[in-house]
Amino acid sequence: MHASVEQLQLSTRRHFLQRGGVGLGAMALAALNGECQGAVSAPANPLAPHPPQFSPRAKQVIYLHMTGSPPQLDLFDYKPELVKRDGQPCPAEFFDGKRFAFTSATPKLLGTPRTFGQYGDSGVWMSDAVPHFREIADELCLVHSMTTDEFNHAPAELLLFTGSPRSGRPSLGAWVTYGLGSESENLPGFVALVSSGFQPNGGNSSFGSGFMPSHFHGVQCRSKGDPVLYVSDPEGMDRPLRRLGLDTLAELNRMQAGELGHPETLARIAQYELAFRMQMSVPEVMDISRETQSTLDDYGAQPGEASLANNCLLARRLVEAGVRYVQLFDWGWDFHGTNPSEDIRDGLTDKCATMDKPVAALVRDLRQRGLLDETLVVWGGEFGRTPFREGRTAASDVIGRDHFPDAYTMWLAGGGVKAGMSYGTSDELGFPVADNRVHIHDLQATILRLLGFDHEQLIYRFQGRDYRLTDVHGKVVHPLIA
Amino acid sequence: MRNGCFAKMVCIPIALALVGFRPLFVYAKPPATDSTLDLSAAVRSILSNHCFECHGPDDAQRQAELRLDSTRGAQLELPSGYRAVVPGRPEESELIRRLRSPDEDLRMPPPETGKRLSQDEIELLASWIRLGAEFPVHWSYRELQRPEVPDIDSEWPTNEIDYFVLYRLQHLGMAPAPEVDRSALARRLALDLTGLPPAWEEVERFVDDDGPEGVSRLVDKLLDQSSYGEHWARLWLDLARYADSAGYVDDPPRTIWAYRDWVIRAFNDNMPFDQFTIHQLAGDLLSEPTREQLVATAFHRNTLTNSEGGTNDEEFRSAAIVDRVNTTMAVWMGTTAACAQCHNHKFDPISQEEYFELFAVFNNTEDHDRRDEQPLLELWSDQQREQQQTLPPEIARLESELAPFRTSVRQAQIEWEQIWKTAPTSRVIVPTQMTRQADSAMTLLNDGSILVARDGATDAYQLKFVFSQDTTINVLQLETLPDDSLPGKGPGHNDDGNFVITDFQVQIQRPVRLAEAHADYNQGGFEPSGAIDADAKTGWAIGGQLGKSHTLSLIPEQPLVLSAGTTLEVKIAQEYEYYTLGRFRFAVADDPRMKDYVRMPAAISRILGVEPSQRSVQQADDLANYYLSIWPESEEPYARWANAKQRLADMTPETTVPIARELPDAKRRKTHIQLRGNFLNLGKEVSPGVPDLFHAPGEEVLDRLALARSLVDARNPLTARVIANRYWEAIFGVGLVRTSEDFGSQGEAPSHPQLLDWLASELVRLDWDVKAFLRLLVTSSTYRQSAAVTAEQFENDPDNRHLNRGPRFRLSAEMIRDQALAVSGLLSRKMYGPPVRPPQPELGLSAAFGGDIDWTASNGEDRYRRGIYTTWRRSNPYPSMSTFDAPNREVCTLHRARTNTPLQALVTLNDPVYFEAAQALARRLAAAASTTADGVQEGYRRCLSRDPSEQELENVVQLYNQVHQRLQAKPEAATQLATDPLGPLPAGADPVEAAAWTVVANILLNLDEMILKR
Repeated sequence: MHASVEQLQLSTRRHFLQRGGVGLGAMALAALNGECQGAVSAPANPLAPHPPQFSPRAKQVIYLHMTGSPPQLDLFDYKPELVKRDGQPCPAEFFDGKRFAFTSATPKLLGTPRTFGQYGDSGVWMSDAVPHFREIADELCLVHSMTTDEFNHAPAELLLFTGSPRSGRPSLGAWVTYGLGSESENLPGFVALVSSGFQPNGGNSSFGSGFMPSHFHGVQCRSKGDPVLYVSDPEGMDRPLRRLGLDTLAELNRMQAGELGHPETLARIAQYELAFRMQMSVPEVMDISRETQSTLDDYGAQPGEASLANNCLLARRLVEAGVRYVQLFDWGWDFHGTNPSEDIRDGLTDKCATMDKPVAALVRDLRQRGLLDETLVVWGGEFGRTPFREGRTAASDVIGRDHFPDAYTMWLAGGGVKAGMSYGTSDELGFPVADNRVHIHDLQATILRLLGFDHEQLIYRFQGRDYRLTDVHGKVVHPLIA
Repeated sequence: MRNGCFAKMVCIPIALALVGFRPLFVYAKPPATDSTLDLSAAVRSILSNHCFECHGPDDAQRQAELRLDSTRGAQLELPSGYRAVVPGRPEESELIRRLRSPDEDLRMPPPETGKRLSQDEIELLASWIRLGAEFPVHWSYRELQRPEVPDIDSEWPTNEIDYFVLYRLQHLGMAPAPEVDRSALARRLALDLTGLPPAWEEVERFVDDDGPEGVSRLVDKLLDQSSYGEHWARLWLDLARYADSAGYVDDPPRTIWAYRDWVIRAFNDNMPFDQFTIHQLAGDLLSEPTREQLVATAFHRNTLTNSEGGTNDEEFRSAAIVDRVNTTMAVWMGTTAACAQCHNHKFDPISQEEYFELFAVFNNTEDHDRRDEQPLLELWSDQQREQQQTLPPEIARLESELAPFRTSVRQAQIEWEQIWKTAPTSRVIVPTQMTRQADSAMTLLNDGSILVARDGATDAYQLKFVFSQDTTINVLQLETLPDDSLPGKGPGHNDDGNFVITDFQVQIQRPVRLAEAHADYNQGGFEPSGAIDADAKTGWAIGGQLGKSHTLSLIPEQPLVLSAGTTLEVKIAQEYEYYTLGRFRFAVADDPRMKDYVRMPAAISRILGVEPSQRSVQQADDLANYYLSIWPESEEPYARWANAKQRLADMTPETTVPIARELPDAKRRKTHIQLRGNFLNLGKEVSPGVPDLFHAPGEEVLDRLALARSLVDARNPLTARVIANRYWEAIFGVGLVRTSEDFGSQGEAPSHPQLLDWLASELVRLDWDVKAFLRLLVTSSTYRQSAAVTAEQFENDPDNRHLNRGPRFRLSAEMIRDQALAVSGLLSRKMYGPPVRPPQPELGLSAAFGGDIDWTASNGEDRYRRGIYTTWRRSNPYPSMSTFDAPNREVCTLHRARTNTPLQALVTLNDPVYFEAAQALARRLAAAASTTADGVQEGYRRCLSRDPSEQELENVVQLYNQVHQRLQAKPEAATQLATDPLGPLPAGADPVEAAAWTVVANILLNLDEMILKR
């Protein structure tokens, strides 16, 4: 039937191919909208760098995630009124009808036992738990009005990194690498570094590619053992021997390509060559002993450890080498007060001592090397901690706070954000956001904006639906952008 | 979101041309369709992509009350007085006017959407209106009619598939490719049907069996192998989101492997797909379901369970039901239902209300996000089931042997009970001196008990008692007491209140031998006897009954006779740090009856304290049985009987599996629409239902069974199309409908609609016989074509949508691993059972709130089992398999990506699992070969099922020689290469040769031809 219709349709399709009247922005956008059905077999490098939609403020990201969530009221968000009312029962309006992870009876307000002061030219408030942050006070953009929807670790962390509290979606690093590709030919575009012995709450999903292909999965690099899984040759295999083998392999594969003509075979030859180069470049970039002693001292890094200090230094080395997105996870910030290491007095002092020095060193180091302006640094947890004492441990000697999603502090630095700024406030007791609420999806939209994307148009189509990092939410927080 | 659909049709090819070559965004040219091209399908596609967002099925988003997705809606007179579509009159149709309007305010789509129709598209819409603007049902929902097979005079076709394919090719002026060579076909068939490469003997046999029936014979043989079920189960387990862990933050292990085994068996038994469907969705609702039918219902128990503290079970139960709805729709209906969870579907006519009607169908199973995964089905091994049959009669027989004693000893029992009419008592004794090893205090309290401060180390307490009058001690008792000052109220010092008494010594001038120790309770593994043996590791503890008082009774070998003024010394040694006693006291009994009294189980002495007339039947029975156990003549028959009973009672199932079980009527849940998908924000109540779009079941009760039956009802066209397409995709790499996950209006139309419909109708005609269907696919001439392709051909049709060459695409993660193990001879063919842990790198990390990510590798052949048996931990999937795109199985995976990355190269080059395979393969090559060339040939035959070409042979022999030469100077490196991790070489083997073969084998295992089907 309808031979004419078929012709019409075919000509329409030809026309699609020949059409030229679309602006450049729309084209780049269209490329982003590409759908991967897993069936595509053409070879090329999906990680080749590509420009974003707008001119970007930041080219790369270092995300410092404090797994478990640090207590904002004992670090950045100073509440004298809460200190004054320390020990009083929590007002019913802030407790009744709400759900908390580990507190069921009416809790007592908990003023910070820490000493606060104002630092830098900008007079940013900070506690005595993070003395090294004073040196970078004027680089920071603190957001005191963060909110999230989730009050348990895993869903909150997944919401933060994937835009959805359930696993299965790509993480922020995957979206960024999908959108921008990688600047490095010899290194992965998205690297994850884990310290303090535990994987993040969301497991691999917190740095995963979700439904995107595995190109975009964060590659976990480690300071002990193989820095990347299987990057070391087997025992007894030296480089020349490996080279001999790969030369033969390439030759045999070229014969195969000649016989069967599939470009994927040629792509595979290229991937083996890249793997060979990675075997050199990854251990090289991961070897912090190449740094000067004074740099190691600045960070408090010690070669061979799996510490946050080492990972901060690695983050700089990776970004310098062209890695697009470096995700750090540091376990041990869940200050419930169930044991002395989770006490917001000495416990917090000890934990912060492993963190504030290397993080401050990282920001300074990026600044000195001229990298800070194009590198966005983000610091925070998956939610905040309550202005009251946690229920389970209320009778013990150890002082801790419960999970709190309604108001907490994160900070950004470099990468086009305003420096020396405090944005948004919680109320006088630290319960709800008083002004300029910033939801997780808003933070995500803002990060993507800094990298040159409209978060509503960075889209990936999967199983019949278009997905975004921000789901159907999020608005850019323009006041944060310099 | 709107730009996604826009770009999909229009922009991608342009973007490609100008932005560069990036494969993820590459689009095949639009698929050519059958000549019986459906105008309305094209129209629907244009309208769906450009108009439905505002003028589609979602009434919340609908503008100007216009809906263009139905004939009636499009032709209705609108409040504005216009009619969007006037059949036969495009010039009067407001749709066309608006599309063509030069006025930006009037033109559709509105300019700010960024969407715009081309002149050709508008022309197409106008032609459609001119021809009557018929709006037939979307192609995939349309009734399934068996198309006629094209009548072509050609030698090429083997079966019907080929006629449809050839018909298209002839129209396009193309020809099929020649048949692939015989050995490549053997390998392709074996990999596609069993996931494993063929043995060389099999290849040779097939090359010789080149008659017309040769292919059928090989196919039948392969379909008969148990490896067939293992291979095809993998695809289904992706859909079923099967994993060996429960998901979420701590991702604890989940025991559900019996379901995985059920799927393997179902494939091997060739269970028809309709039964396969019904058993999994509703096996429990069948009348008198079998064990296997219940196991099948674990399909929907593969949803995640959240056991993190403070989580709301109802929230995550609801999330699991949402997943069941979405998975059911995706697997059987090729439909994305997820959109409709929060709002009416924008493109396909599924309303939010209909979504929750489906939710209601699944909403009444018993499970509710519990950590123990109840309800569970216990599964017993054949041997156990035999015992369950044979033990009861055996017990009855033993009972009959015991029965005479029940009457004969009755009088003796009554007399015995008289002895215990009053229970023997003991009296508290107070120490005159107390010391301990640690420094902190021991305080004597008013009741004669001693409170000991916590110290932390191990400890030993020494007490002295001076007796003021003559005393005989038949039993010495230590009473441990709770105290509010102790952790967990004691009686011990450990955080939970426990203690361990590792040694107990008594001395009256000289040491006294203690013959027996009894306690009214002990923790498993911490028997009272441990307190009087010489072993400091064993001892008495009370975990499980903390915070209560307990008594340890010690019987000396001879009664202790003390004259007045004598000192009794007691030493309590406690060799576990922190596990020390916090509060206790001593008592002595001179009543000799006390010995027998403490020998009785505590339960029996308690019964003796009850007046005979007040005892329950159970108590009377227990007492009578106890007496039989101590009466000399009945002791043995009693023990035989009790032992048999105990064996039956102690039997534990081989495994358990979570299953679906419907709630009883009284407990049924109501289902409400969840506004914006939030389980706390409820709208109106809905009843179970199936979207109108799908074939609604006629049954009176709309439950899971009715839904399952409707899915595979012969009148339901969608499932057959979806399933036929899925098998096609598995064999050919790309579905006839490329978007195999979306058969809705946003999905792609089939490349060969007639062929798809013929295959779907054939699947139904075959009564859903999956093996017969696969046989049809792989015996076709279409399948048997050579995969060779020219550059031009590839550029025009990279995904082989025209089907004029053979399938060639990357193997799955499991196949790549299984193949390496198979060709090296390491692969274990053991089937079924608990998941196994092949070696993986130590990461030195723990999961958040969970256990180690590292695992101890399984021993023996379990290290070399097929990938389908590898423990699938969702939060940390087996690293080498996830590098090859194995999903974490948190949700249903409809198709896996097939990436090509440098990390994959690192796996197959360096992962010890693969290098071990290279070493094993090397030893076989060395053993088989008298010359290097022979060894290389053997390697090619094992790995690639063919002989090497002259050039290949030359290159590989040269590699061998070069490596051999280099390693001669490095014997240590050679030994490492040849033996780590596989182990020492066989006696007499030369390490340098073995190492050179290992390097060669490592390269063979990395050949492109090992990773792509040929």
